[in-house]
Amino acid sequence: MNQSGFLDIIAFGPTGWGAALVDGAAMTVAIAISGFLLGGVIGLLSAWAKIAGGNALQMVANGYTTIFRGVPELLIIYLFYFGGSALVSWIAGHFGATGFVGLPGYLAGSLAIGAISGAFHTEIFRGAYLVVNPGEIEAARACGMSRMLRLRRIIAPLTLRNALPGLGNVWQMVLKDSALVSVTGAVDILRQAQIGAGSTGLPFDFFFIAAALYLAISTASAVMLRVSERRLQRGVRRG
Amino acid sequence: MDWPFLSDTLSELLTAVPLTLELGVISLLFGTAFALLLALMRLSQRPLLSGTAQFYIFLIRGTPLLVQMFLIYYGLSQYAAIRHSFVWPLLRQPYWCAVLALSLNTAAYVAEVVRGGLLTVPHGQIEAARACGMSSLLMFRRIIMPQAIRQALPAYGNEIILLVKATSLASVITLMEITGVAARVIAESYRTVEVFIIAGAIYLVINFLLTKLVTITEYKLTPHLRQPAQARKAD
Repeated sequence: MNQSGFLDIIAFGPTGWGAALVDGAAMTVAIAISGFLLGGVIGLLSAWAKIAGGNALQMVANGYTTIFRGVPELLIIYLFYFGGSALVSWIAGHFGATGFVGLPGYLAGSLAIGAISGAFHTEIFRGAYLVVNPGEIEAARACGMSRMLRLRRIIAPLTLRNALPGLGNVWQMVLKDSALVSVTGAVDILRQAQIGAGSTGLPFDFFFIAAALYLAISTASAVMLRVSERRLQRGVRRG
Repeated sequence: MDWPFLSDTLSELLTAVPLTLELGVISLLFGTAFALLLALMRLSQRPLLSGTAQFYIFLIRGTPLLVQMFLIYYGLSQYAAIRHSFVWPLLRQPYWCAVLALSLNTAAYVAEVVRGGLLTVPHGQIEAARACGMSSLLMFRRIIMPQAIRQALPAYGNEIILLVKATSLASVITLMEITGVAARVIAESYRTVEVFIIAGAIYLVINFLLTKLVTITEYKLTPHLRQPAQARKAD
């Protein structure tokens, strides 16, 4: 165990961990963004199913949101990692491969995070749609807008504006949940910190740096969110 | 359907339920007590107190729980001063590290819930209590707390569910609670979906019962919002 100082650890260069930690941060952001976007798509479809779907569709959507909001995230990540790997192994078996084929941690993690955040996205989108003033939709109809035009020009922008604060919360949640993906071996911030802690014998320093990186990312995104919220609120009369 | 495997898995997972509940309950008690303190600090007039609480809440809510758990479980052992101190017998056990991390984490979230509840108490009531000559403590106990609890209860219920879900992270630091046992059974049997369904169902049942418990408590605490018996009969 070599006694290196805190600054030596975060230094860039052959002996420092700076570059590795930045790579880890990039991986964390990549997992979080792909999970969030996938969750957004799932959330839109599932919110649509809940609002306008028939009984069967509504039941499926309700079941989905109940399960994915009520079961621990870690368990869902295990489901996608082990389950996905089993599925890939089975498919690979038909092409002549033998044995266990692992799903890359990044892929399994993003899919799992997407499925989790999709359940939260659903409720955000549904709530945001329900508070759109029916008068605005009626007015659009009275102007003779077609269904698609109404959706594109009136419903989508208003829903998005109402959904933005909730979406910000989901993003923060996704960012923190992405740390769990490190259990699948994806080399994100936390995994990189574990590797560093193991090889230097300085666990506190490395997990402290990891915490600081997460905090920096979440603070930066909170600032960006506040700016875009203000932008989208232009034209809204207060009070 | 392989019923023997399912029932074996179910009984194996059920043995892990007490540990999950234990982690949840102990962390909830510690966490709520600390949250109360944090909320009062946050509402204090002294900038040092409110600033400290605000900074703590910011730190905890901005970082993942797993990182906090690793900092406590792996990180603290780096320092000889801690390894030789009186807290070491507790801190070297994953169980107490998990409890500590869960409590510190949930306290930050619950503190905001409690603060929200305290802020909803109308100012006029506080003035009235003062005018009646109540001491601060009596006013807090009789006027502020009962109303704040009613207001904060639904959000507090959500935090309890989140805490139950968060106990699953204890499996990463070797504790065999429900998720830990589920991961082991999956690794042994490669039957991910079946194990997931059973483990997930157990969590859903726990959370469903907790939600019901919160709803019942809320009902009991708000007799003044219920319709009187006669009015209900007339419906």
